[in-house]
Amino acid sequence: MVKDQEFLKSKASYCLDLAKKMGATDASVTVGHSISETVNFRNKSLEASDRSDGLALSIETYLGKRRSSISSSNLLDENIKTLIEKCFETTKITPEDEFNSLPDKNLLSKKISSLNLYDETRFENDKKIKYLKDLEESASSDKQIINTESSFTENKSNFILANSDGFCDGYKTSSFTTSCVTVAKDENSMERDYEFSSKRHLSDIKQAKDLGNKAAKQTIRKLSPKKIGSEKISIIFDKRISKRMLSVFASAISASAIARGTSFLKDKIDEQVFTDAINVIDKPDIIKGMGSQNFDSEGVNSNTLKLIENGILKNYLVDTYNGKKLKLKSNGRSGGTTNLYFEKGNISYEDLMKKNSRSLYITETIGHGSNLVTGDYSVGATGFLVEDGEFKYPVNEITIAGNFKDMFKNIILANDLEFEYSVNSPTMMIEGMTAAGK
Amino acid sequence: MSNFFNKSDLTRQNADKIVSDTLNNCDDGELYLEESKSESIVLDDNKIKSSNYSSDLGFGFRAISNEVVAYSYSNEISKDSLKNSSENLKSTLKSIKGTYNHEIPKSNKKFYEDINPIEEKSLDSKLEVLNKVNDFLRKKDGSVKQVTASFAGEQKSIEIIRSGGEALTDVRPLIRFNVSVMLEKNGRKETGVYGIGGRQSYDDYLKNDNWKNVCEEAFRIATVNLESKPAPAGEMKVVLGPGWPAILIHEAIGHGLEGDFNRKKTSAFHDLMGEKVASEGVTIVDDGTIDNRRGSLTIDDEGTPTERTVLIENGILKNFMQDRHNARLMNTRSTGSGRRENYRHIVLPRMRNTMMLSGNQTQDEMIKSVDKGIFAVSFGGGQVDITSGKFVFNCTEAYEINNGKIGSPIKGATLIGDGPSILKEVSMVGNDMMLDPGIGTCGKAGQGVPVGVAQPSILIDKMTVGGTKL
Repeated sequence: MVKDQEFLKSKASYCLDLAKKMGATDASVTVGHSISETVNFRNKSLEASDRSDGLALSIETYLGKRRSSISSSNLLDENIKTLIEKCFETTKITPEDEFNSLPDKNLLSKKISSLNLYDETRFENDKKIKYLKDLEESASSDKQIINTESSFTENKSNFILANSDGFCDGYKTSSFTTSCVTVAKDENSMERDYEFSSKRHLSDIKQAKDLGNKAAKQTIRKLSPKKIGSEKISIIFDKRISKRMLSVFASAISASAIARGTSFLKDKIDEQVFTDAINVIDKPDIIKGMGSQNFDSEGVNSNTLKLIENGILKNYLVDTYNGKKLKLKSNGRSGGTTNLYFEKGNISYEDLMKKNSRSLYITETIGHGSNLVTGDYSVGATGFLVEDGEFKYPVNEITIAGNFKDMFKNIILANDLEFEYSVNSPTMMIEGMTAAGK
Repeated sequence: MSNFFNKSDLTRQNADKIVSDTLNNCDDGELYLEESKSESIVLDDNKIKSSNYSSDLGFGFRAISNEVVAYSYSNEISKDSLKNSSENLKSTLKSIKGTYNHEIPKSNKKFYEDINPIEEKSLDSKLEVLNKVNDFLRKKDGSVKQVTASFAGEQKSIEIIRSGGEALTDVRPLIRFNVSVMLEKNGRKETGVYGIGGRQSYDDYLKNDNWKNVCEEAFRIATVNLESKPAPAGEMKVVLGPGWPAILIHEAIGHGLEGDFNRKKTSAFHDLMGEKVASEGVTIVDDGTIDNRRGSLTIDDEGTPTERTVLIENGILKNFMQDRHNARLMNTRSTGSGRRENYRHIVLPRMRNTMMLSGNQTQDEMIKSVDKGIFAVSFGGGQVDITSGKFVFNCTEAYEINNGKIGSPIKGATLIGDGPSILKEVSMVGNDMMLDPGIGTCGKAGQGVPVGVAQPSILIDKMTVGGTKL
């Protein structure tokens, strides 16, 4: 069983009391407990089971404007005492930083509403095994599938965040995640693809059969890929890739990147960043949402933010420290976005596919080719050549490149948005990028 | 050395008994105990931004029978907790019986000292160096707009207890010093990053103002990039510089030669043992035994002494990298490549220091032989799709080559290639093998482990460069 609120609260207050007693002017502490159980399958038989049971503690102590932190997994009182002593000793010799402080009291979350983020259902390992058997049975039904690997993870977590201004709250969350990776082979090639489902509640997880089928189908269609020539071509990003554009955008508008001046979106508030058809929302209070939260990692209340309205940048993601630097109030985004999404576009997936007589549909990118300082983007890519709205043949060993500043202004979104993950995007087309191949 | 048995009601005798009882009917497995202390200090935006100390303690208990691995970890080292884990393992493996393999090779060699780098140098003196770095770079040139500098130090103590009571221990120091600088000139911003590290004390790196060299290198890279032009797009010849660019070897070849992917036949290399996979003159080894290197280990995380494993010899595929589990299933021996990020994770076959050895040509000869291509000196990260064999890495410093001469610097571009065929495209191997500066972390299955790479300059006849200029 995951530790209850009382246990975590008692550890948190022990830490705060001790820090205060030693002379800390302020302190904040997070105590968490998490239990995960995973079962792995390979080629229709059990491959591994993994159980993890982990406590985690992190403390920040302040002496005026001086601050330092410690973290540990050892929650014995004796060890906590040693660590807080060490933390406070370090705080004393750490230079002052005028922006260091606990969050403004009036921004702290007052009351938490239930977002239904915890499902107490216990999915015993035997049941996971049954699920994975069904999944792999359907994933391997085609002869071209030569290997299947799948897993099911059940996680239950609880945490308490407390600070010396009297904030003390936390809540339980759960997640159920299943994934399937399949390998297909023909005389020309061997390819891998995957499908997964991750939900707060067990009953929302995709059917085993559907998940396995989808993984297999997505893998088989990649067989016998070709390399294309180097050209300017319009690119369609599958939903699982288009959402990565949002993650890049989120990193570029974090208050820390803005305050440091290391973002291509610095000083772009109230400027046109995307085409005027684009709206980007970050919504923390979606019921059962994978990214939902009542407050951020500092205890600050988080409300829905329109980050992009009609293409115009409206907000950064602000935490207390960087907010003070930028003279902005925290908007409860210490720790980043919550449930981030593009509002859906007004063209159907089919019409998007047919928009150009020839385009490149991308299902996978590899490499870390996003430069947040310059906005330059260049990654390895895998996908399909699309002609007249139809997949013609699979494509690989190519790269796609551009600059986010231009790419963002050339985005067209389909109307097929679904809320599956913590970051969600419809299918996306970007014109004017370069594909490099032969 | 940590004593894991003075922390609770768990005595060594208890632990031995629980381990032996649990693993008796299994093929392999062990109790892995770990205590780590780590420190990170970051200067950013003219200030000490964070100083964090963390201590971590826990165990991972593993039992293997046939192809099934059962694993359980906890950060509570106690009799109850270990018994719970034991029950958990037994319930997974209840219907599968094995025969425990007691054999594990021994060695007295050590590749680093038993030190705690964090305690060897006072916090004050570390803060002082970081402030010096900041002042030095900001005074150096008006275009310097941002400086980030950091120290990260760690000491990890491990103990492995096997069925029958055999215990193996190791104490591993690790440090890292990193500088990142952003320049702005004529409205353009570029960054340069450089770092050093290894399994030793900070003092070896910081004496004689060595930190200045790190600053100069980060500054130089950023300066070069300020002048960079859009990179070309398409297939062309690529000259790689020595040292860190060997992450190409790591991504393109290394991962595909890890035992697990080959046992499962999901690696593009699984049926190529004994075959020619590289040009003649190409020899690649994975070596855990180089003193004080980031990827070196006295013993791996299963207790096997590490070694120098020849992967490719003169173009021929000779060995895969193995942990005990995959080695047993493939009827071979562990190469001392069983690694894990920490006690929370299962062991996987991983790289240590992956190196292409020197040939006898010079970098000059390579550049002169290229009509149109690029010269890549430094890279950011890389990634590989094991199954299709396609891999990428991102240039952070690269130049055009025109008619045998190095031309303008080009913007960061991704290079993409095909693992099983790329080494056949190597047409020249330089005489200038160099180790990387000690900064690599390899990610696999969500676990990061420190690794090293090395190579001489090489000429690759055909690779796709992912720029924007057609």
